[in-house]
Amino acid sequence: MTSMEYANRFRERWPLNTVVARAGVAIGLLAFVLTLPPFKARSPAVPVFVGLIAIACGIWVLTRGLRRPGWTAIGFGLVGIALGTLATHASLGNLDQVVVWSALLSATLIWATPLTYAAIGGLFSERSGVVNIGLEGMMLAGAFFGVLGADKFGSWELGLLIAAVAGAGFALIHAFMAINLRADQIVSGFAINFLALGVTGYFFIDIYGENGTPGDLPRIPNVDLGLGRHTFFGDAIGRLNIMIWASFALLIVAHIVLFHTPLGLRLRAVGEHPRAADTVGISVYLTRYVAVVVSGILAALGGAYLSIGFVGSFGENMTAGRGFIALAAVIFGNWRPFGAYAAAILFGASTALSFRLAVYSDAASVLFQSLPYVLTLIAVAGVIGRPVPPAAVGRPYAKQ
Amino acid sequence: LSETTPHAPLEADPESYAPSVAKRLAFYQRAGGIVTPLLTAVFAFLMGGIVVAATGHNPLRVYQAIFEGAGLNWFFHFGSYHIDVPFTNHQVWFWWDTNTNHNAPFNLTQTLITTAPLILTGLAVAFAFRCGLFNIGGQGQYLVGAITGVYIGSRFTGMGHLSHVLFAIVLASLAGALWGAIAGFLKATVGAHEVITTIMLNWIAYWGGSYLFGRGGPLQNHTDKSIPISDDIVDSAKLSAIWGNPQLQALHSGIFIALGALIAFYLILNRTTLGYEVRAVGFNPEAARYGGISVARNFIIAMAISGLFAGLAGGIDILGWQFRLGVLDVQVSNIGYIGIAVALLGRNTAVGVGLAALLFGALLTGTSTRSLDPGIFQPQLAGNLALMIQALVLLFVGADLLILYIWQARRKVRIPGLGRQAQEPA
Repeated sequence: MTSMEYANRFRERWPLNTVVARAGVAIGLLAFVLTLPPFKARSPAVPVFVGLIAIACGIWVLTRGLRRPGWTAIGFGLVGIALGTLATHASLGNLDQVVVWSALLSATLIWATPLTYAAIGGLFSERSGVVNIGLEGMMLAGAFFGVLGADKFGSWELGLLIAAVAGAGFALIHAFMAINLRADQIVSGFAINFLALGVTGYFFIDIYGENGTPGDLPRIPNVDLGLGRHTFFGDAIGRLNIMIWASFALLIVAHIVLFHTPLGLRLRAVGEHPRAADTVGISVYLTRYVAVVVSGILAALGGAYLSIGFVGSFGENMTAGRGFIALAAVIFGNWRPFGAYAAAILFGASTALSFRLAVYSDAASVLFQSLPYVLTLIAVAGVIGRPVPPAAVGRPYAKQ
Repeated sequence: LSETTPHAPLEADPESYAPSVAKRLAFYQRAGGIVTPLLTAVFAFLMGGIVVAATGHNPLRVYQAIFEGAGLNWFFHFGSYHIDVPFTNHQVWFWWDTNTNHNAPFNLTQTLITTAPLILTGLAVAFAFRCGLFNIGGQGQYLVGAITGVYIGSRFTGMGHLSHVLFAIVLASLAGALWGAIAGFLKATVGAHEVITTIMLNWIAYWGGSYLFGRGGPLQNHTDKSIPISDDIVDSAKLSAIWGNPQLQALHSGIFIALGALIAFYLILNRTTLGYEVRAVGFNPEAARYGGISVARNFIIAMAISGLFAGLAGGIDILGWQFRLGVLDVQVSNIGYIGIAVALLGRNTAVGVGLAALLFGALLTGTSTRSLDPGIFQPQLAGNLALMIQALVLLFVGADLLILYIWQARRKVRIPGLGRQAQEPA
């Protein structure tokens, strides 16, 4: 292949508009970053100026007829200006306390991981045409049964296994309801959430009672890369949990399976046009069953990471809406693995930041927690080009 | 036969093989009857009983304790008592004991206190359902209503009783209506799915409420800044007590508001042009559009009215018995979510919603720490049992649809078959 061909391929993949749009997003972020340590620009003029460049990029892309990338860049520019200006008003001491990049990065990964598992699970289910509102319940089931398994069998591996089995069990109920009984998938998913809440709460009280789960639970270990403490990389990624590293692999595998294998093609066909898929001999029911069960297993693994990986205990309703954030990530990420992952990272970062913000303002920290939902609401409102769900999502299929 | 029969290609109407909410709804309405909802509830309780038995408790005694905790045994205890005649000092003979110092009458008042908002959040789901929309957002609309109720009730002082109550209730309802209308508006204008938007709005309300009453939040109380809770509402904003001792949580007049809402729900749907349009859109949006009905407008109105009901529920809970709202209340409340089960079990009809709300109100009260006898069953377990039963009701509502489908499919095979033969020229 000559260099010309490479250049052509590059231009095909990265047309000028896209490059400018992405640059706009990056510059918008930069507007905020410049006001944070280590740069710490103190004049609001800095974020405003840089943010305006981002907005200019966005407008330029908009004039070329690309709505979604254009508005995204403009949005990032505006957010960069707003957050940057806010940061210039904060005291330096507070800034240094809140923004510790290595800690923020590792916290982002920690909070994004349960979302990643559940979101990729939800992705499989939705791509096959089954709405999975029950992600929250399946996560919660994974969190509890992971603890139960780890405690009773004395090993975190078996804990993960039990969690996966529990998640698959709840997913099977949902699959049976949605696929065989053709029940309303929203009702069924909601039922799963409440069932998981009731079942985990009931057995948690029944087995562990008031004292809670034992303190010496086998935990999913962290991987020590030997990068040392108090170095940037050491603190950021030096001691991440196995499950976090596994989530990177999962992401890549999910992308390849969905978009580069016959299996993924079948899955997507079933989700887009089940009648056509059926006609060419793909079993719609089997495909959907597998997809929903996979989503249950993945969501449960995300929940188990939360309980026996990160926190080390279980509390009633400990997922506290994370399944719904994962659902939001699926939508925000436009039903694509990398998109969903980017959303999970964004939402994870907002959680991480909100916990650090709590150092000096409870109220701001709490308000920050609603960010994923607000962003998703704005996204589905179509301001920045609406995400497009699989065509047959939520529609039961009847064989003929 | 198939060659001569004109057949619309299946792909032209994807809904012909996959029922939409509207189709399902039309089906529910035709199926009617009280047998399937009753069976649904009975099965759910049976399954719950199995879990109770499996964990070493006696399900019969547990259910009996819950029944008594809900105060439903009150109806079976006849005696010779007296009851006040309203607005007079007279007393007349009555065959039931109304003294809330006794357990059964007190528990019953608590059940009715919970039933009132459940009726309203049930209606919030049911009304949207009749327009072919699935309003998952009752919880958010309820919270927004409650927040508004607290704000008006605690920050506006010096108003008369009636005007203050009316002001607070109307604004709470409008806040809920607005919250619902956002989802309706997004559905009508850009086609955003109402399930997604209402879920997001629920969580925004959840965190919004946590922010408002949290430490350092704008609506946190003025007396103790370490407690994340609002100010108490002033006396002029409280709904009047109608049964029981106001110091110990009496039944308030909100139950009449809820019953009035049931009637309003029935009248709006069945006796007004608005209701006709809403139902027309619910049965078949395309046909409604063809008939000159604005589908978009009805989506927005239906969601707004749904939100109005849920916001009203939040309002009467605050003005009737809670009197304040804390971060914890915001985060553990699930009255709006239970409304989904209430509406589905009640088949989205006024009477059904009323009865289902009473069932769930009794279940919630009967399993609460305050009412359940802890010697028989741990209230924490019972609370989770109630969640399970609620989930099972939802699941079985889905499953009873299957039974109805089979039942209907049988009839369908026979009747169109006959019709087709009749149409064909010999």
